[in-house]
Amino acid sequence: MFEFLSQFIQRSILQGTALLFGSTGEIITEKSGNLNLGIPGIMYMGGICGVIGGFFYQNAAGRSINPVLAILIPLLASLLGSLAASLIYSFLTITLKANQNVTGLALTTFGVGFGNFFGGSLIKLVDSDVPSIALTKIAKVYKTTLPFAEKLADSENIFGKILYWFCQTFLSYGFMVYLAVIIALVAAMVLKKTRVGLHLRAVGENPATADAAGINVTAYKYFATCIGGMIAGLGGLYYVIDYANGVWSNNGFGDRGWLAIALVIFAVWKPNLAILGSYLFGGLYILFNYIDGASMQVIPLLKMLPYVVTIIVLIVVSMRKKKENQPPASLGLSYFREER
Amino acid sequence: MKKEKNAKTAAKPAPSLKKDREMPFYVVKRGDAAKTPGRSILIHGGAILIALLLCGIATIFVTGDNPISIYATMFKGAFGDAHNLWKTLQDIAILLCVSLAVTPAFKMRFWNTGAEGQVLISALATAMCMFYLGGAVPTPVLMLIMILCSILAGVIWAVVPAVFKAFWGTNETLFTLMMNYVAIQLVEVFLKVADKSGSNTVGPNLLKHGWFPELFGQKYLLNILIVAVLTVLVYIYLKYSKQGYEISVVGESENTARYIGVNVKKVIIRTMVVSGALCGVAGLLLVAGTSHSIDSNLVGGRGFTAIMVSWLAKFDPLMMVLTTLLLVFLDRGASEVTTNFGLNSAYSEILTGVIIFFIIGCEFFINYKVMINRNHPFFKKKEQEAAKEVL
Repeated sequence: MFEFLSQFIQRSILQGTALLFGSTGEIITEKSGNLNLGIPGIMYMGGICGVIGGFFYQNAAGRSINPVLAILIPLLASLLGSLAASLIYSFLTITLKANQNVTGLALTTFGVGFGNFFGGSLIKLVDSDVPSIALTKIAKVYKTTLPFAEKLADSENIFGKILYWFCQTFLSYGFMVYLAVIIALVAAMVLKKTRVGLHLRAVGENPATADAAGINVTAYKYFATCIGGMIAGLGGLYYVIDYANGVWSNNGFGDRGWLAIALVIFAVWKPNLAILGSYLFGGLYILFNYIDGASMQVIPLLKMLPYVVTIIVLIVVSMRKKKENQPPASLGLSYFREER
Repeated sequence: MKKEKNAKTAAKPAPSLKKDREMPFYVVKRGDAAKTPGRSILIHGGAILIALLLCGIATIFVTGDNPISIYATMFKGAFGDAHNLWKTLQDIAILLCVSLAVTPAFKMRFWNTGAEGQVLISALATAMCMFYLGGAVPTPVLMLIMILCSILAGVIWAVVPAVFKAFWGTNETLFTLMMNYVAIQLVEVFLKVADKSGSNTVGPNLLKHGWFPELFGQKYLLNILIVAVLTVLVYIYLKYSKQGYEISVVGESENTARYIGVNVKKVIIRTMVVSGALCGVAGLLLVAGTSHSIDSNLVGGRGFTAIMVSWLAKFDPLMMVLTTLLLVFLDRGASEVTTNFGLNSAYSEILTGVIIFFIIGCEFFINYKVMINRNHPFFKKKEQEAAKEVL
């Protein structure tokens, strides 16, 4: 039982981390009043750009992989890719004041297409002789766990066993799982406790008031959207390199991007709640593996759960009208100073 | 929260206040008089042209082929022979139907991102009628039941978020978005129930009855005619009916609508019923008129593309014919190019994305004017220099 639980939690966390990156990024973006429906696309972009970077590095390096470079090159490539995607969105919605929903959906179309196209055609485009994109060496570096977590495994007494399970449940991951939690916690702190966070929330609630108070609305919106996009892009990178062992498969990322957006509502725009929420969603996503005798017809119903839960949260939040749980008041609207 | 904000900002002015934030350029809104249709066509046409050129350059890089033969291939893929032409027309009809469905809601500023799910659930309803009633009842009766069920399913899927929006202000963008995935999983359930082998589609061999008849030997002609009629009807509904006028008033300003005595809640719900019903027709056409099969990816993102189509056409059903034509041409053309070069077919999605970026971006230049700030030091300096040179 204990072992089963530990394994379930472990799988949920592995599954939930990609969602956590995505939803933390989207929360930061939405706090500035930008409803970025391009997050699924940005996550694809982040994933594929990391893969492209890693692919070139792995091919160039051959047998001797330098762990630092193996981590840094895909990471930087991924950040650059998602930054570029976020800049497209920011430029169109903030500077050119385009409609956010349409821009976001177009970005998702673009990003998913970009990911699938390069994922499916990269080998042909660079005339490489490998059969498929498999960044197994880089994945191995990414999945390196803490050194002492393995050593504790062979204790015989009961404390040793508990310790072992503890390590299995909480310490057996690659660094990106912890990075996701740290980023979410830092984001929560910044939003709640710092001046920058206060200004950002003001911009999202009422940009005209924030502007009158001397806050540079445009800069804050750009900044939040780009940072948020880059964090979300890491989710794509994590999925391909860590979760999927460096093997890109087209549409493999699936609907996780939309699930991340759902999570934002579930976490009522609080990154610290998103940590719990993402692991819960991760658990719901894989729950069908663990239910004995779950027939084929029931599996889709279980997969539906995260969305139904999100809808219920959305309804309850809007009915209770508690001030601190509402979406940012100017969410989805572009700001033009002269407009009243 | 407000209080906290006031206290903090009062204690210490925001750092950006200290800096001089004057920009060399500033933006003003154009009056309605400046928005002539000629200008708008010019700007839109320019944007599409630039986007197509950019796509062409990107395609040259990817395939290494010369541009003329690429565009020729694209044209061949979309309109080359009778089969391709009918397929293109059919794609246009379905996408146009979904776009017509989302338009009334959008005009009301109700951001229905759930057309995907609304179409899919009505496709499911149609398929279920065909599966369970096919053969048991005479075909005309089956047809009637299919039409009723699919429209009803679309309406239910659309009206639930609308009711919550109308009464409690629940965010409709996110609500309808989530409903898509509920619909997808319901389809999955049906697939597993109907086909015990565990395949991912329920195909024509299981849905044998209730197919749309072929007109003049053309499989798709009936679909195309139905959508053509719907286009005209929606155009008239939005432009000349009282309800259409109420929709645009609510869209412009809810307060104005309330002031002149429009029941905003009623309009929101009624419009989403219309929207859902049209989605129902799209689902019906997809299953009974086109594929005779169902799978969870049947709609294939058309619900989202439709949002862009409707927006690009400024909610005008007749303009939407042109925008769907553009997007379908790109899609079919690009897939022809990628098949020829053995590349991944997702290339067309990249092109679609780029085109839409350009079109929504160019709208800025229709609505706003960029002015030079003559008081800015940058220009003052230049003026002084010019004056010196004259001296």
